[in-house]
This record gives sequence, C-alpha cells and structure tokens, in this order.
Amino acid sequence: MAEPLLKLDQLAVHFTVGSALKGGVKTLKAVDGVSFDVKPGECLGLVGESGCGKSTLALAIMGLIPPTHGRIALNGHELSGRERMATARTVQMVFQDPYASLNPRQTVRRTLVDPLRLHGVTDRTEVDQRVMDMMAKVGLRPDHADRYPHEFSGGQRQRIGIARALILKPKLVICDEPVSALDVSIRAQIINLLLDLKDEMGLAYIMISHDLGVVEHVSDRVAVMYLGRIVEQGGWQEIFEDPRHPYTRALIAAIPDPFDLVAASATAKARGEIASALNPPPGCHFNPRCPMKADRCVSEVPALEAVAAGHRAACHFRDRVS
Amino acid sequence: MNVPLLKVDDMRIALKGDGASFDAVENVSFEIGRGEAFGLVGESGCGKSITALAVMGLLRRPLSLAGGRIVLDGQEIQDASPAEMRRLRGKRIAMIFQEPMTALNPLSPVGRQIAEMFVLHEGASWNEAMDRAEEALRQVRVPSPERRIKDYPHQLSGGMRQRVMIAIALACGPDLLIADEPTTALDVTVQAEIIDLMAELCAAKGTAILMISHDLGLVANMCRRVAVMYAGRIVESQVAGAIFATPRHPYTQGLVDSLPRLGERSRRGRQRLREISGVVPSIAAYPPGCRFNPRCPAVTEICRSTPPDSTSLPADGFVRCHHHG
Repeated sequence: MAEPLLKLDQLAVHFTVGSALKGGVKTLKAVDGVSFDVKPGECLGLVGESGCGKSTLALAIMGLIPPTHGRIALNGHELSGRERMATARTVQMVFQDPYASLNPRQTVRRTLVDPLRLHGVTDRTEVDQRVMDMMAKVGLRPDHADRYPHEFSGGQRQRIGIARALILKPKLVICDEPVSALDVSIRAQIINLLLDLKDEMGLAYIMISHDLGVVEHVSDRVAVMYLGRIVEQGGWQEIFEDPRHPYTRALIAAIPDPFDLVAASATAKARGEIASALNPPPGCHFNPRCPMKADRCVSEVPALEAVAAGHRAACHFRDRVS
Repeated sequence: MNVPLLKVDDMRIALKGDGASFDAVENVSFEIGRGEAFGLVGESGCGKSITALAVMGLLRRPLSLAGGRIVLDGQEIQDASPAEMRRLRGKRIAMIFQEPMTALNPLSPVGRQIAEMFVLHEGASWNEAMDRAEEALRQVRVPSPERRIKDYPHQLSGGMRQRVMIAIALACGPDLLIADEPTTALDVTVQAEIIDLMAELCAAKGTAILMISHDLGLVANMCRRVAVMYAGRIVESQVAGAIFATPRHPYTQGLVDSLPRLGERSRRGRQRLREISGVVPSIAAYPPGCRFNPRCPAVTEICRSTPPDSTSLPADGFVRCHHHG
C-alpha cells in the first residue's frame, strides 16, 4: 500500500470566543478530532453543510491555522508550522470565489510569476516557459497573460485560480467549493478541467463541496463531516449506495432528483437545523435531528467504527439499514 | 380554459444608462393558473429576477417596464398606480427573497413584522394582529412561537428567518407567492424542509407559486410547469417531467447533460461531463438572432440572423429554436 501523502491524526482546531467580562469565554470546536489520510493521486470528497468545520480543516492542512492538538503529516513529515514554504510546495488551494481570491491589481502573469520567484525559480526563460505552459494547461490563451482579473468571466477567473494553485507543481490541491460560485452552464467545464489535470499531473485532491452530485462524480473516497467531526467515511460507492449514518442519508434525501419526481422518503430527511458549534448537543451531535434517535445517542458519543473494509460510520445503529 | 391567475404577455424590460438602452428582458410571456406551481429557471443575469420584480411592480431605475401586459386575475396591472400596487402587494401577490437577513427589518421584532400585514391589509388592531402573528409562526413550524415573536431577525438562524419570511408572505392568504431563490442561501438539509413547508402551505391555501431558481432539479420537483430563460428570453417551456426527459432547446439539453447527477456514476460509471462551450453573453453584447447561437452545437446560418419564433409543444409548452428536435 502506498505511503499516504497526507495523514491527519486526531486533528482538532478550537477557537475561544467571547470575553471573561461579557458572559464568559467559550470554546468553539470547529474541528474536533478528525483523522483521515489521502494517498497520492487520490480524490477525497469532503462533504458537509456550512459551519461543519470543513473550511477550517482545509486552512489547518494548509498550515494557515495552528491545530489545537493532533497531528498533520505530509509525506511522513509532521507539520510544525515553521515550514510554510515547504508546505506550500506540496499543498495548494483553489478557493470558492474567483472574484475575491484574485488580486485585482495583478495581471495573470504576475499572479503566476510571484509564487515561482518566491520559491526560488529566478531564471527568466524558465519562469516564462512555466507560466505559458500552465496557462495552456488550464485553457487560457497566451495573450491573456497581461490582462487583469476584471477582464475575465467567472469561469476564466477560476481557471486563473487553478493555474496559480498548480504553478508550483504541488502534490495535493484542496478545492474548496470550486464551482459553487460559477454559473451553472460553466460548472461542467471546470469539473472536467480539474479531472483532466488530476490525471495529467498526478494530483491528489481534497474536494470540499456541499453538492453531492459533484462529490460523487469526482471522488474516490468520501468523508462526511457534521459539527466538527467525521460521521462517515468510505469509498464513493459505499457512501452513496449504502450510507450508514442517518446524516449521510439525510443529505442524499435532500437532493431533488429531477428524474424521479416522487419525493424522497420522509423518514430519511433530517428535522430541524444544525446546532450551533458553540453549544453542540451532547452525545452524537446529530441526535436532535435524527429519525433514529435513542437514549444512548444523547449519553454516549458514537465512535467512528468499521462497517466494512474501508467504510466507517460514527453511529450507534450503523448496522441497522433503514 | 378559465382565466389564468397571472398572465404575462410579451413583456419587455428596458435597462437604461449612459445614454444607451438595452432590453434586459424581451418577449416574455407565460401564464400561471390558480394554485399552480410554475418555475422560472435560468443563470444569473438571464432576467428571471427582474421578471418577478416587474410582476410585483417593483422595478426601479435604471430598469423600467417597456412593453407588454401583466394581467392579474383579469385585471391589467402594468400601469397601476403606486398606491394600487401597494394594496395588491402583500394582499394578493407576495414575495420571498433569497437572503432573509436583508429582506427583514433588523430593528423590528419578527412578530411585529408579521402583524404589520394584518394591520395594513386587513385593518386589524395591533393586539389582534400580534395573536394572529403567533399563529402564523406556529404554522411555519417555528418552535415556541410565543417567545419567538419577540425575537429580532439576528437572533434567528437562516432557516428560521426564511420561515418568518414565508409567514409574512402568506399572512394575508395571497393568490400568488413569488419565491426568488428562496433556499439558495440555506444548507441542503434545511432547504429540503423549507421547500416542503412552502409547497404544503401553498397547497393548503390554494396559493399559486412562481418559483425562481438556477436549480433545475429543485424547480422540476416542486413545479408543474417550468420555463427556461436565457439572456432575457424564455427559450423553452414544458411540463416539469418533460423538460428533463425530452428537453427541446439546445440550451436546456446542455444544462440537463452538464450537471453531475447523484446516482449517475453508480449506474453508468464516470462519464465525462458534457460542457456548454463559451460564456453567458453580457447584456450590452447580446448576439443577433438566437442569443444562444455562439454557444450552440447545432448552430446554422439562420440562427445568427433571425430570432427563432416559438413552436408549440404539448400541454401549453413551447420552444424557441430553429432546429428544435
């Protein structure tokens, strides 16, 4: 088995909010004991709704937020936070909003050249060559190099964002909702591009999305997050065809299927809303919304345990198929 | 057929600025029957939201209604005075917006904002109106409504705020509810609940829905008929089931094919997604002829010069394409 490219071990990121003078200090457990690994060339889909901690997790892997406890290892080396530059050569990120994540005062060329210079590529012909190669790879024309972000459409801007992430030839790219800010008719272009580049450059992805259709399409494995914890993970087929956590089932049931106009079964749907991460429910965080709730779910935190090889779910009733 | 509840006939909306004038929406016609759910689907900038605002009489400069008729229950309202429109809005047509936080008044408790509807439109006293507001909150399934009516919008979650919006919109039992991307700002599991709630309450009260969204799947599930807009025109209108099974316009076909669908990979393995090439044109540079022609795989000479007329399809549907299959 291949050495994992990225290994998270009981990673936690906690924030303290409030002040001692006003109602006391609280701890917000944005990421609360997350373990998984990503192998070279693999795409891990990370699914969850807003506030579940998936973006905080991404920032921690990028080395932009120090973990409260737990470990992050890249290529077997533990991240200490002092090697930002080395991390950046291995892990890069594509952001959700291609309007906000590009510097409006930098041309495409400058956006792509800066990371190269910063990482010691100073030979002018080599820099030019790599910029042109990268632009061609993401489907931008050479004459686009000296234009500014406002001259591009949303889809093209996302291509620039992808080019910037790939210019240092990273091994792992974290894509945080890469298509949800784009027009519907543009999304397929970007998804196809990401999949092509993955094969061409041997990239591994962490694909963060709330769009299950996209996640199913691109992922090899999937992890489902709820209020800071992984509640289920497994191969894409197991997650989508045999989901064992009621939250995963609720997510799937919530997607309207245009070809099956019969409403999804009401039993699978979740009730109510996501609890505040500041004040999560005791036991299983999902219990107030769960159709299968029992006393045990309030008193005891379910562990992420195996259902089958490579498929794990954090539910006391993971063996009860609804 | 009976008189439709809402008939929009050959509507044109002009966008004026810097001495130039563009047609942001043109040749838009559709009908909604009593109690019917009708969907209007399109990408950002296609004109679906301003179509809704025009029906509400809420177009403001630089946008203005430049032609066509809007008929509500047999009565033409496109030239109604602001005072007449104010009486219609809330009472007979109500609207829910995408972002409930910006649509609600942050300085007023939510109960008061609901009660206002009864006071303004039905002449109720504030005491009576507050009681009815509590009942309205209970109907949209806000837990412990007796306490929640005193809450301000910032104290509620996004889903709860949207429930309050629904309570306000449906307070006076309008004939038509316009919902403009009502769940786009919400999480998917909350979205499912809000959509169910909206559909259920409207069905119970016989309220028709004009649902506006970029999400074809969502609209097709909720609505009986769906119209697809592209660059200011309706390109196709069909019964919800047919628009997915047999889309007739190349743009609709492209949309249906380009989205990764849940379960598709299990059934057929990973297929490369069909792309729609190019980008949505800007309003200042709409191409002549069919506006989809620069992106269309079936484009021919006539598409570049002549806007296609509509061809009728079964069940009041139509398609605007020279080469509809």
